[in-house]
Amino acid sequence: MKTFFIVMSVIFMTKLSIAQNITVCKTCPISTLKKAIAHAKDFDTIVVKSGTYKEFDVNVNKPLTIIGENYPVIDGELKGEIITITSDNVTVDGLFIINVGTSYTEDYAAIRVKNSKNFLIQNLVLEKLFFGIYIEKSRDGKVFHNKIIGDAVEEYNSGNGIQLWYSNNVKIEHNFVQHVRDGIYLEFSDDCVIKNNVSALNVRYGLHFMFSNDDIYQDNIFENNGAGVAVMFSKHIEMYNNIFKENWGTASYGLLLKEINDAEIEGNTFENNTIGINIEGSNRINYKQNTFSNNGWAIKVKGACYTNKFTQNNFLYNSFDIAYNSKVNDNEFDKNYWSNYTGYDLNKDGIGDVPYRPVKLFSYIVNRTPETIILLRSMFIDIIDFSEKVSPVFTPDDLMDNNPQMKKITW
Amino acid sequence: MRSRWSYVYFAFYLLLGIVLLFLNNDLSKAVITLMNVIIVLVPLIGTIFGVMYYYNSKEFTELLLAQPLKRSSIFLGQYLGVALSLSMSLILGLGLPFVFYGLFESSAIWDFSLLLITGTFLTLIFTALAFNIALSNENKIKGFGYAILLWLFLAVIYDGLFLMTLIMFEDYPLDKVSLIGTMLNPIDLSRTLILLKLDISALLGYTGAVFKQFFGTSFGLIISFIMLTVWVVLPVLRIIFKSKKKDF
Repeated sequence: MKTFFIVMSVIFMTKLSIAQNITVCKTCPISTLKKAIAHAKDFDTIVVKSGTYKEFDVNVNKPLTIIGENYPVIDGELKGEIITITSDNVTVDGLFIINVGTSYTEDYAAIRVKNSKNFLIQNLVLEKLFFGIYIEKSRDGKVFHNKIIGDAVEEYNSGNGIQLWYSNNVKIEHNFVQHVRDGIYLEFSDDCVIKNNVSALNVRYGLHFMFSNDDIYQDNIFENNGAGVAVMFSKHIEMYNNIFKENWGTASYGLLLKEINDAEIEGNTFENNTIGINIEGSNRINYKQNTFSNNGWAIKVKGACYTNKFTQNNFLYNSFDIAYNSKVNDNEFDKNYWSNYTGYDLNKDGIGDVPYRPVKLFSYIVNRTPETIILLRSMFIDIIDFSEKVSPVFTPDDLMDNNPQMKKITW
Repeated sequence: MRSRWSYVYFAFYLLLGIVLLFLNNDLSKAVITLMNVIIVLVPLIGTIFGVMYYYNSKEFTELLLAQPLKRSSIFLGQYLGVALSLSMSLILGLGLPFVFYGLFESSAIWDFSLLLITGTFLTLIFTALAFNIALSNENKIKGFGYAILLWLFLAVIYDGLFLMTLIMFEDYPLDKVSLIGTMLNPIDLSRTLILLKLDISALLGYTGAVFKQFFGTSFGLIISFIMLTVWVVLPVLRIIFKSKKKDF
């Protein structure tokens, strides 16, 4: 046993002593990143001093740690992809990467991780990019504290900030993504955690899931995107404590759910969106303790949504609380607070004695003839809404909250 | 008589403002309730008050007409007297509680000033319309009837007809029609103006270039204000015109 420890420590120490630093700077013998990688042995550390390095197609094919000092600029001069990682255990830290080439046949990225494990990409600043960080067929990595600022205008000629493709168990934390197509995009990627990111001003979505299961995203802020978050064709996604703000426009949502099953949506805030949540073909989702305030539509249900539960949510001053386009309802609304509730509470237990009907006749009319939105809050509309409330004809008659709270719910 | 009623009016708004603020404890909800008050009650009070004032002071007006005074200045003076005192009651009555509540530190100040501005416009418009009705009708009962009917039409019936038209012609592009329809009714116009502040996120949900331009830019605000001014100027011009020709 003792000899084993000695042997182990000897191996460990020799390993440490082999690992050495290679410095890259403009006046050093090694003046480019490419040369440094060619010279390096496995587990070496390459330190890049500040300066501008005009390089592209840099292939990191050994387990290396690349650290930038004072943010050296790696300028791709719009010629193509800049850094490609094809080895396991690579760390890239503190680089300023600009001018990624644009192509319509290949997805050039500022930094691409290909078929590797245990990568760490942190403290990067990416500007003038096509794709930012592209992770394909890799696993067990971390993308931490990067700043990605694109200049996307149109969807067809721009790329995504952080893209995962067939990559499992990746952590994406504390990133700041702006002005790209999709801030963060996951396709066929399971068991990922997306935490504390800010995704704003993106052309399409702040965060986008496609065919990705068992992922968690929490404490993120999605602001001013084409649409905040789109979750499509995925299962078991957990969404906690995110903020969806100011996603304005004709087809703009805070959160878009399409073909989503068994998800948890808890503690999120939806504020000033045209549509808070747009739901289509999504089943068995629990909506709990979310706050919807000042949205055009808090929740728009488009059909084929069954056994969803909405409990303990706050609906505050939305133009419409819930919109349905059919008469059938299989979803449950219970113990929510509705600021539009006008009932009373005689036995003082904090629960209104009259059930609340969140779907108004006017939302049905607007659904049919969108121009009528101009009559919003007119007295005539209030009158017809009232008569519909008394005897529902056009709206689902079993859709009501039997225990509406009298006071805003606090947690 | 004018001063007594405007005190009552003032007291009513003061009470309303206080009740709204101190029972609700939430400024944004108070602003929504206030909007309902302003687009329904302000026109009603303006209309009734204008008609009432005209008929009550008819004898005094006839006495004044015997004096060497210009007709337009007599009637415009009466109109402005009523309309401005009503507006003052509205602005002070609602303004004071909100100022004491701490409006200046709150972000709702612009919404609130917009509410007061549209309220003032509505008072000016509906008092002018009421004077027009009273000038054209010698019969007091008839005049009152028409005035109430006018209010009912613009506040409720117009929207009903408007909605029916929109639903009936839903297969056609309607965004221009709906905007023009709004322009033709001062109550709808004021409502839209306030909606621009309150429900902008819902209004932007509709796919239409004309809507988008109207609601998405300051274009809508400017056009609405111009239309409101037109709505004040036209009835006032008719007061001047009518009063010059009328036999007493």
